[in-house]
Amino acid sequence: MSTTSTGVPSTVKKRADLALNDEFLRKAVKFTTERLRNGKINAAEEHGNWEEWRERGRQIRLHTIAHLDYYLNLFADNARANGVHVHFASTSAEAVKLSLEIAQRKQAKSVVKSKSMVTEELHLNHELEGIGVEAIETDLGEYIIQLAGETPSHIIIPAIHKNRYQIADLLSKEAGETLEPDTSILAGFVRKKLREKFLEADIGMTGCNFAIAETGSMVLFENEGNARMVTTVPKTQITLMGMERIIPSWSDLEVMATLLPRSATGQKLTVYMSGITGPRREVDADGPDEMHIIIVDNGRSLQLGDSEFQELLNCIRCGACLNACPVYRHIGGHAYGGTYSGPIGAVLTPALQKNIAEWDDIANASSLCGACYEACPVKIPLHEMLIYLRRRKQEGGHGDAVESAGMKGFAAVLGDAKRFRGILRLGKLGQKLVVRNGEIRTKFGPLKGWNSYRVTPSLPKRSFREQWGTLEEELRHGLREMDPAMQNRMEAIARERKNGTGGGHGHHG
Amino acid sequence: MKVSLFITCLSDAIYPRVGEAMVRLLARYGVKLDFPTVQTCCGQPAFNSGYWKEARATAATILDAFEDSDFVISPSGSCTGMIHHYPKLFEDDPVMLERARKLQSKSYEFTQFLVQVLGVKDVGAIFPHKVTYHPSCHGSRLLGVKEEPLELMRNVQGLELVPLPFAEDCCGFGGTFAVKMADISGAMVTEKVDHVLETEAEVLVGLDMACMMNIAGNLRFRNEPVKVMHLAELLYEGVKQA
Repeated sequence: MSTTSTGVPSTVKKRADLALNDEFLRKAVKFTTERLRNGKINAAEEHGNWEEWRERGRQIRLHTIAHLDYYLNLFADNARANGVHVHFASTSAEAVKLSLEIAQRKQAKSVVKSKSMVTEELHLNHELEGIGVEAIETDLGEYIIQLAGETPSHIIIPAIHKNRYQIADLLSKEAGETLEPDTSILAGFVRKKLREKFLEADIGMTGCNFAIAETGSMVLFENEGNARMVTTVPKTQITLMGMERIIPSWSDLEVMATLLPRSATGQKLTVYMSGITGPRREVDADGPDEMHIIIVDNGRSLQLGDSEFQELLNCIRCGACLNACPVYRHIGGHAYGGTYSGPIGAVLTPALQKNIAEWDDIANASSLCGACYEACPVKIPLHEMLIYLRRRKQEGGHGDAVESAGMKGFAAVLGDAKRFRGILRLGKLGQKLVVRNGEIRTKFGPLKGWNSYRVTPSLPKRSFREQWGTLEEELRHGLREMDPAMQNRMEAIARERKNGTGGGHGHHG
Repeated sequence: MKVSLFITCLSDAIYPRVGEAMVRLLARYGVKLDFPTVQTCCGQPAFNSGYWKEARATAATILDAFEDSDFVISPSGSCTGMIHHYPKLFEDDPVMLERARKLQSKSYEFTQFLVQVLGVKDVGAIFPHKVTYHPSCHGSRLLGVKEEPLELMRNVQGLELVPLPFAEDCCGFGGTFAVKMADISGAMVTEKVDHVLETEAEVLVGLDMACMMNIAGNLRFRNEPVKVMHLAELLYEGVKQA
């Protein structure tokens, strides 16, 4: 969350305005999201049975979350049997406290981290700095963001809003010399710098992509190899995971390993996939001597048993919904104002908090186009959840007063055809004041936002319902006989529907 | 067989020409459309904004209007899609829920009806123009109407269909979104129109007048002469030429 820096606007609209006026940001976000979403589309096509695997993924997630208590216990028991210290944290504060206690007990001076959205959620770096422990992000994008004093603006590409010139400036400052804006030079500098940090660190801290209940193992997906360094070099490892990261078995991982990299970046396989089952054993050459897993709730269990939101816990954090979202494309991640951005963030942030009175209008920052749902590898209906959030806010008495009055008017006018016709007549009279050449260009009142980008059409002389009588009369005389084959088709479809066997034009969302 | 027209409030009030084209085109196949005048609006603006009580008030006019219809057809994938939300909207009312389910099973978007029900893939139209097509989100994603319009257009003589870059991206309308988040919506429609202009098409065609009003509005704002039509209009125009 952007709460660490002051001066962050409090509404999504104002935050979006900052982004909309930042050409660099918009260009950078468009460039990378396009690359990622095309990669995903190609990878799904190449896979061949994408829709079936997507459904399999969804079923695995639905099953796991429905039996989350069972699988969490199984995971914890097995991990403990492997020698892992397993902790449960019900709140953000508890998770922070547990982490800091470990760091203090180990008298740690520095922590190297591989990318973890959960630690972002907890603002853990800030807390570690508070007790004098240096926290170093080792994922390239995350490292850049840390240098810039910002937060990630994308779930998997934290620095998506920056171009390489901006990155070169940041890294040059750190290097104390001018670095060319060349990707391999910049990455080379970071690699050298981070090597030292890996060797010095007392603690390695990671997130977790999947936790395997049947063996108590945790699995990390990454492309840079930094997570392998983080989990093998330091003597102590702390893994923070959301309580929903569980899957039952290694064979379920096969499905997730098919869905996640393809959805995230269009890769068939992630470069490194590490399965870690406990601390270093005597026969192992490397690995931590002590390993902790902190399982974080922080609002997740509030979704359990809530039929409209439980599926949120199915999310595998691939970021595909961000890359597909036409709103994210224009405003980037920081405009969402939370740790998680894009469509998943717009739903997850308020859902995890449950304090409806305090939500800003983040759920309104969507045109409900459904691109997120279509892109989601486990088919979470985010476009519907956004509507449920809006409804809950309104029903909780926290709706906008003007909108609320408008909707009452809407129902009063359109709840009855006579009143609808009456208002159309009034509209035709009233529009005479503003219509010029059949168009309305005024930027007055409610038309201000719309007409700042568009021209509004005027109402025609006669509405369809006013024309219907004449049209019907005219057509009655010249109506053709329907082709018998067509007639049969229609009758068959109506019959099948009545028998409950037909339809065939179902809802996809 | 009673085939009823669900005109949608937008086409009724602003684009009656779309309804007329649909009615005249279908009459050529012997489909005599019925038009129950108690219908008003599907309730989507209220539903999407979270005002479900208000949405139920207008949705009730749609349920009343089409109670005894065998087929309900509409020139909008979005408004037809809204009917697919009725079971959720009325989930706490068993009587209305049953009516909602019935209505959902017999509701079709215009091209769905033409292709899937009537089996018409070639209306015999001639339209010698360069055309590009914007697939509206609700029709294509929620109803799955993807192939039908393309197939109908492929069979129009003389029609040159130019692919629209980023066609599947939302035009930025989103109902009240365009008012509440005017600048984000404005950025989206501006980009959509940039893509339409890239195609150098003379005509932009679609299946949803809300999206078309949005895109046409930005085209006019920029004084661009691209003509915007509903596919029903294009097809009817084309059969008149043939």
